[in-house]
Amino acid sequence: MTKQTILYSSHQALGARMIDFGGWMMPVQYEGIVAEHNNTRNNLSIFDICHMGEFIIEGVSAKEDLKRLLTTNIEPLVDGQCRYGFMLNKQAGVIDDLITYRLDENKWMLVVNAGTKEKDLQWIRGNVSPETGVTDISDQTGKIDVQGPKSRPVIEEILNIDLSEIKFFRFKEIIWKNKTITVSRTGYTGEYGVELYSDNDTITELWQTFLDIGVKPAGLGARDTLRLEAGLPLYGHELDEETTPEQANLMRFVCLDNDFNGKSDLLEKMENEVGRTLCGFKIDGRQAARNGHSVVIDEKIVGKVASGSFSPTLNSSIGTAFIDRKKSAINTVIGIDNGRKILDATIIDLPFYKR
Amino acid sequence: MSTPDNLKYTKDHEWVRIDGEIAIIGITDHAQNELGDITYVELPAVGKKVEANGELAVIESVKAASDILAPIAGTVSEVNNALDDEPEEVNDSPYENGWICKLTDIDASEVDGLMSAADYEAFIK
Repeated sequence: MTKQTILYSSHQALGARMIDFGGWMMPVQYEGIVAEHNNTRNNLSIFDICHMGEFIIEGVSAKEDLKRLLTTNIEPLVDGQCRYGFMLNKQAGVIDDLITYRLDENKWMLVVNAGTKEKDLQWIRGNVSPETGVTDISDQTGKIDVQGPKSRPVIEEILNIDLSEIKFFRFKEIIWKNKTITVSRTGYTGEYGVELYSDNDTITELWQTFLDIGVKPAGLGARDTLRLEAGLPLYGHELDEETTPEQANLMRFVCLDNDFNGKSDLLEKMENEVGRTLCGFKIDGRQAARNGHSVVIDEKIVGKVASGSFSPTLNSSIGTAFIDRKKSAINTVIGIDNGRKILDATIIDLPFYKR
Repeated sequence: MSTPDNLKYTKDHEWVRIDGEIAIIGITDHAQNELGDITYVELPAVGKKVEANGELAVIESVKAASDILAPIAGTVSEVNNALDDEPEEVNDSPYENGWICKLTDIDASEVDGLMSAADYEAFIK
């Protein structure tokens, strides 16, 4: 049974095209993916992200439990600070990628992917101390993202706040119309912006407030092209339970000082690793690679495409692929077999786009 | 959605217009709208022979690639090379500037088996 976010009727009124994503009916586009993509790169857009999961982890053992559960270096975090990282299985595969918010020393919020939420919750509950509380607040929590180079004054005016007080990967609870909103200086587009959390009614009102002053919504289609250009991983593409953070080239989000689940297998795999590594590639032209296409060199398969799309910002096609380490040097010329022909591509550094 | 009366339509959302010995082919307004922003059109080679319902071209949108099938049999005599640089013409002008290719060696009576504009409009409802 696919679920609807609290903004579903708004998407319908806006004429959005809806798709099933992670068990949710979500807007893939309103006006068009390219227009929404460009509007986010040049102006600002709002995104319905209510489908994502939020958990509260609390108690005197919460912090130590999280250090064992996550690769994230949470020790230095202060109240109002958040950090990205992974939850690994015993074989060092990624159960989920998530952001950990320190509300206070004994109270933390985890923001997880919609499609992995239930398995995350089971895993967390099975791996924390008996005295640690784990509460799924997803159903009563709404979330919208406001992203784009022109978002700052709009957010400041609507919420009546000064965003210079909230640095990147910091957050602050504010009061808006007598309701609490968590303003997080994070995002998934590579642009300046915030992610806003509150109760469902407040988020609905806030969403409408942005629409009323003319801010345009963007759907999951633009969210995907924006994140790909910015080199940000998408669970199920660049990350899954068979992929280690090291293979995904994301070791900067792994704190090896901590004794987290999966660490011994991760170290062993790193020691003996001869397999694949995540690379970015650019195609000479507009034809796109897609998830699952083979990467070939001299007619031999050397890898597999994780994500691929036409890039509206670069006006050519880009993608990520897991490629045999020995063939993965920057500037290596590769072919992408799309089933009809071999597209010429070159391995390049991530990200594809940086403001 | 526009559905010009002077064209014939397929269930796969291609249109065809017979102009003497030549058939001009494209995709419908409904189809371009469903596909969303078109980013690339893989045009057939001039001289390629196709059967009715044979694979003629591939249209890529931001999200996916879709086959364009030949509404009738024929030989590709001309392709719309302007789409190489401006594939969005298929979105903006599906029945005019966004045409995909032309076929010769056709049997014009083959289009009798295709849908009229009214039939196609009922079909996509």
